[in-house]
Order: sequence, then structure tokens, then C-alpha cells
Amino acid sequence: MPQDPNGPTLFLDGQEVRFETGETLFQVAERYGKPIPTLCYDDRLEPFGGCRLCIVEVEGIRNPVASCTTKAEPGMRVTTKNGTLEMHRRVLLEMVASENREVDVDPLSGYASQELATLVDRYDARTGRFQGHRSGTSRPDDPNPFILRDYENCISCYRCVRVCAEQEGDYAISVKNRGFETQITVEFDGLLKESACTFCGQCVQTCPTGALADLKALARKEVPGDTKKTRTICPYCGVGCAVDMLTRGDTIVGIQPAMDGPANEGALCVKGQFAFDFIQHRDRLTTPFVRDEGGRLRPASWDEALDRAAEGLKAVVEEHGAHALYAVASGRAPNEAAFLMQKFVRAGLGTNYIDNCSRA
Amino acid sequence: MSNPLRDMEKPDVIFCIGTNMTEAHPVAATRIKKAMARGAKLIVADPRVIGLAEMSDLYLQLRVGSDAALLLAMAHVIAREGLVDRAFMEDRTADGETFLEHVRDFTPEWASTITGVDPALIEEAALLYARAERGAIYYTLGITEHICGVDNVQSLCNLALMTGNVGREGTGINPMRGQNNIQGAGDCGAIPNNYPGFQPVTDPANQAKFEKAWGRKVELEKGITKVRALEAAGDTIRAMFIDGENTVVTDPDREHCEKALESLDFLVVADLFMTETAELADVVFPATAWGETDGTQTNTERRIQRLRAAVPPQGEAKPDWWIISELAKRMGFQGFDYQGPHQVFNELCELSVTYQGVNWDKVEDGAYQWPIPFDGHPGTPRLHEDGFINGRGIFKLIQYRDPAEVVDDDYPVWLTTGRRLASYHSRTQTGRSEGIDYLLPHETLEVHPDDVDGWGLRDGGWARMSSRRGSILIRVESTRRSPRGTVFASFAFNDTPVNLLTGGGYDPTTDTAELKVCPVRVEPAEAPERGSGERPQEVAAD
Repeated sequence: MPQDPNGPTLFLDGQEVRFETGETLFQVAERYGKPIPTLCYDDRLEPFGGCRLCIVEVEGIRNPVASCTTKAEPGMRVTTKNGTLEMHRRVLLEMVASENREVDVDPLSGYASQELATLVDRYDARTGRFQGHRSGTSRPDDPNPFILRDYENCISCYRCVRVCAEQEGDYAISVKNRGFETQITVEFDGLLKESACTFCGQCVQTCPTGALADLKALARKEVPGDTKKTRTICPYCGVGCAVDMLTRGDTIVGIQPAMDGPANEGALCVKGQFAFDFIQHRDRLTTPFVRDEGGRLRPASWDEALDRAAEGLKAVVEEHGAHALYAVASGRAPNEAAFLMQKFVRAGLGTNYIDNCSRA
Repeated sequence: MSNPLRDMEKPDVIFCIGTNMTEAHPVAATRIKKAMARGAKLIVADPRVIGLAEMSDLYLQLRVGSDAALLLAMAHVIAREGLVDRAFMEDRTADGETFLEHVRDFTPEWASTITGVDPALIEEAALLYARAERGAIYYTLGITEHICGVDNVQSLCNLALMTGNVGREGTGINPMRGQNNIQGAGDCGAIPNNYPGFQPVTDPANQAKFEKAWGRKVELEKGITKVRALEAAGDTIRAMFIDGENTVVTDPDREHCEKALESLDFLVVADLFMTETAELADVVFPATAWGETDGTQTNTERRIQRLRAAVPPQGEAKPDWWIISELAKRMGFQGFDYQGPHQVFNELCELSVTYQGVNWDKVEDGAYQWPIPFDGHPGTPRLHEDGFINGRGIFKLIQYRDPAEVVDDDYPVWLTTGRRLASYHSRTQTGRSEGIDYLLPHETLEVHPDDVDGWGLRDGGWARMSSRRGSILIRVESTRRSPRGTVFASFAFNDTPVNLLTGGGYDPTTDTAELKVCPVRVEPAEAPERGSGERPQEVAAD
């Protein structure tokens, strides 16, 4: 963030630091390398102040304040970490963890799915001190193939509700009841398919506990190996959303949005999020094919297929001239394919007989 | 797009016409929703009550193919009310006075007789757009897939030029490109009229440049479009090499298209699957897919981004660049000795004027939007900020023209086609991805409930839909998304080959097919015998 050398300052754990007007204490602390624990924060969303983990002490204010909703002000003296705050955070985490059926969920559940487990471990909060009632009712009756709705692991951070409203503008996810009975749901308590849900998967990716989780990725959790992420770009429409392709060994196990993708800034749609398994589908062509004497396509080696193709095209060019051959490039293949298709006719044959699929 | 995607959150007034963005470009649509949450007003012009129409502040439900009339009348109102940006017109445009004179005849009342839109709504839309501090136009194939596609685009340009809504944040004329690399395919010169970087082949200077680069004579005459090539197939065109396109299913007039490809002496296809098009080929090459291929692609906001392989190819599949190069070498062509996609991309950058300032390493993080005319240039997120490339923005005098085919007694219903959220094109990819069928198991014909009753159809029952070119069976879905007298279907499902019907005409300048308008007849029908899985063979030509 560009810093105005004459801008306002505050004291962060005793150190004088500059901030921009409008920044929250959470953002200032993050920027100065003093990250504050949180469960309800997603930097793409409006601050919510729900989980109370990000509380800090501000001199002159009696009780700790939520740093995500408190705007920085000149001269503030802020403490982000001390014995009292850390004990408060630990107790909160013990209570949150006690409401859930499980804390440890498979990382394939979603982008943020490890946040609760990570904090619970950091604060050594697996004490079971508050074990008792669990909150949230799971929805195993929802047969949708994409989004797990395991609300027994929900901590009511409302990130799913907010991402659906603020980021997607779909308002499909809502809340019913209050307090311990709080339940994340959709309109009329129904199925996602019958709601305004577009299955973009944003709720899955922001959920910090895996209560909402990626069923397609979880179906591949038995694939052995470490999960590797490869940054690439979605292959569907022209928006060009950046994604991380998740692989284990040679198997694609899922897709996660790139939160810093320049075109999408973390957003995806149902196709980019979930329609990836065509790549390793059994219908893929795995060898070249040539048409045999009987008129049927049969598998062939690359050498045979390339020779046949070159002979066939050359024969046409020799008999009918270079303008008898036409090339069609793909709007789906990379630039390198389109460039070489036009070079094929221009540099190879000296014609401009080339087009792509943009006219139909 | 003239403006970057992030600008979509900035306008005061957004005008979406011929774009079903919440389904075809859902992530871009989220930015429009954010703009609206901030207070921006949305005008939507579309024949169907699409998602954007439901969100809109002002909805213009125009008849399919009547866009030019609507846009002329909007220009008329803006001129009449004195809302033109005089300073912008004087500084940056040409032929403005002639244009303002031209639009005097085209009143909202006149446009109403063509579009079916209430003149008061046309007035309101014109005033809203023209009074915006930042007015932005977004469109998709609903504007271009007409015989008057070029006229439609130029009509939108006229509106932006007369109101000065170009070259600033949150403004612009923004086509949403439909395929991941359709922008890149044009950028790379895979078009009959331009070398890479939109350098015209008809310019002798470009001819000299590329003759030097490739060491051979190149042609000064434009090539023909794919549409014309398919027409000439079996006649002057005797062979085709098609990379990654399911031409048979996605192009208009399927019967014609199949016959064209069958009549070739030789057809070579490279694809991921044995598509309906590949099945007609003499040689089929297995290409690598997304996730198996290193390369670059260019999005709708002209951003060049890196594709990275995450897994090895299936079987013996090879990247397109390798397939094309190997075939070229065996044809005896020079200059196809590449060691990897980086060399191909770097050659493209050297020869292209728009990509000249980048190379493989520089596009690593997707930070550049073209034009990037020289090394060290930061790229151009927003076009036309300091001026137009050709000097001035020129107003075009547009006249309304009827679609190639209009409804009559035999074909009394308008069919329009498009996309659905959960499927993509001919479903070669989404149709092979688990779970998509749960959201979209089969194609339906969207019919207004009153028409369902009036035409003797049944919601969930079957209809026979016929055009001048053919006839198909399709399930009926009763919905108020369709206006009365207009029906909608996508071309995604091979067992419901909607493109058997389309193909009445082409834009005379671009040869773009009029896929958005096709008069049809819709009649009740029995369910096809073998359920939904089979293409009804008995109904080929009419």
C-alpha cells in the first residue's frame, strides 16, 4: 500500500506505524507482519466481527475490540497479543471446536478448510473442556454432486452467507434461528438446486471448517500422494479466471480459484470449479486414428498418421493448388496453436486460407 | 473489451444488450452485481427475461434481430434532448453532424413498431445512459450473430461516441468473448485478413515483413472465411485441417456442414475426443487437454495469461503446437523446428505489433493486457484513453434491416439460440464432467406458458420444431423467460441438434452466421421411441 509520508500513525504493540485513512486495525496489523487470528474474515468481504478471535486491546477502551471492524485512528495504542488476549482466544477456540463433530477435515474440502484446525492446534485448544451439545444439522438428503452440506462442522462464521451475497450477488444462502440453534440454510430449508444457488463453489472455498466442502475433490481423497497446486487458467469462457489445479501424482483431484487471479479475484463459476474431469475421461483419444480401406477409423502410430495426413494434404495441393486446402484454428486451444495454424498456411503454402471458430 | 474487467464495478449506468452474462460469463456478471450494490443502474435489452433482465432497473424486451432499430432510436433521443458530449465529438470524432442529422428520422415511436418496445422505455433508457457520468456498454453474440452484426456493433459505438463514454474508467464498448482463447486466435492471425497483431495481409509493407520472416512469397489477397470455405467444400476447397472445433455441431445448418466436410477429398482433425467432426476425418490426431498443456491464452480484456501443464497427457496425446509442426515438417515446410511452446510464443511476439513488448517469461503472472508495443511498455488495460488508433472515432450511418428470414404463415415463431450456465458449447467437455447432468440433463425448448397452451403443447412433453432447413424433436419447458411468439434452445446437446435449423443468413462483412434468429414452426409431437438418447434420424431435411 502506498504510504503518505505525512499520513496518520498509530502505535502497534509499541511500534509507531503509518496507516491509510479507512484501514481497519486488522489490515494494519496484517500489513506490518503481525497477523491476528480470525475465522470469520475473508479479505474479499465486508468485515463481520462475528468470531471475536481478532480482538485487540486499545488503550482507553475498557473491553477488547474486534480488530476487523475497528477503524484505525491517529494516535491509537493497540496491543495485538498479550496473555489476556491469548487466553481469551484459546477459550473461544475450545468452545468453537467443542460444538463440531470434527475439527480435522481433508484439505481437499476447500481452499480455506484448514483454518479452524490450524488455529485450534496453534492455541492447543483440543482440550474437550466444553464437550457437550453440538450445533448444526447436516443435510445428507441434498443429492447435489458438488457441495457437501455438513453443518455439524459449521461454526456460524457466516462467510458462506456473505460470499454468496457480496461476492456472487446470488443471495442463495441464508441463516435461520439464533444463538446455539443458528443454522445455515437456503430458502425454504430446501435443496441447493431448488434455491438461487449457481454451484459456483465460492461458499466451499471460503468455509474455514469444511462444513461446506467440495464433493468432487473429496471423492478423490483416496488418491495417494501429496496434493500439488499448479496455477493455470480456466478453459471455458473468455473471462480467463485463474485457478489452481490440484493434483496427486498424475491424477487431477480438484480445482481451486486463485484468490489473486487478475481476471477473477478468487471467483469461479460451476464450469470452472467443477467441470474438470473431462481431461482424464476414458473417452479421450489416446492414439492417432487413420481411415482404413474399409472406410473405418482405426488406431495408428504417430508416424503413420502424420505421414498419411501429409500425403493426403500434399496430394490435394499438388492436384488442385494451394488454395484447395483450408485450415481452421481453435478458439479453445492456446495461442501457440493458433499462431502455428496460420503459419502453416501462410509460411507453408503462401495462402491466407485460415480462420477460427469466431464466426459461428 | 475496450476496458478492463475490473472497470465493470465502476460505471454509473450499465447497458447490457445481447448478453446473457450471468450464464455465459458468470464471473464477469458478479462485477456488475457489485456495481449495482454500489448504486449503478442497469439497463438490459434482450428478447428473453434472462437473469440480467430480472436484476435490471430498466428492461427492454425487444424482438429478436431488432437491435439496430432500438439503438437508432436511443441515438435519436440523445440528440433531440441535447445530451451529446459536444467537446468529445469535436475533439475525437468525425462525421458527427451527419450522424446527428441521420438519426432525426428514427423516433422511439418508429422503433417501437419494429422492436415491440414501449417508446417511453426507449426514451428512458436513452436518457439514463446519456446522463451517466460513466456509461458502459456490454454485449455478446446477441449483438453479433445477425446478418446485421456489424451494424449492431457500430450502432453501439455511435452511442458511446456521441456521449463520450469511451477511454475512461467505467465506460467503453465491451464485447464479452465467448471462448477461452477466441481473442487470442484472432490476435495470432488465425483469420483470413490479418497477420498476427491485426496487421492486414493486403498491406504490401506487411507482405514484405512476413516474406522476410518466413523466407517465401506470401499472398497480398485476403483469404476466404470458414463459412465460404465450407460452401466451396468439394468444389474449390478439397481438403481441410481443423484444430479443436466440433464444426458439425456448433456451426449453423448442420446438414449443409456435414455434407461439406464429407465432400472433401481429405480431412484432418486434431481434438481431445472423437467428436462428430472427427468421425468424418481421414486422420485424427489426439491433442493434449487443459491441464496437460503449457502455453498462453488471451482473455476478453486482452490479458495474456500462462497455461501450465499439471499432469502428463492421456495416452499418446500431443500438444497442438507439436502436431502442427510435425505435420508441417512432413509437408516439407520450413521454419517449424520448435523445442517448446515458449519458442512459438516468442516468435509470435516478435512478429506481432500488439504483443511486441512481451515474451514467454514476461507473461508469467498475467500482468499484461495488449497492446504492449515495445519492451518496457506497461500494457494497455484501457483502450482509447489518449486517442483512437486511427485518429478519430467515425460515426456510421446505420439503417435497420430485417433478419435474413422473418416469421410467416409457415414458420410463425422466432427461435433464438444461446448458452446455459452448466453446459459449454457442444458438451464435449462439460458433458464428460461428473455432476453436470444433475443440473442440466437434457435440452429443452423454452416456450411461454400461453404459447404452450395455444400451440397444443404440454410442459415436459415433446414438440417438433421445423425451419426451412430441417426439423428436430425437443422437450417443451413452459417458462415466462420466453416472450410470446419467441422460443429458445441451446445447441449443446447432440441429440437435440438445434443447428439443423439455423443458418438463414450471414453478415455480409464478417460472414458471421445469424444464429440468433431463425423462424420456425412448433407443433406437438410424440416422444421419440428410444427415449432421449438418440438423434431422431427420421427428421433430416424438410
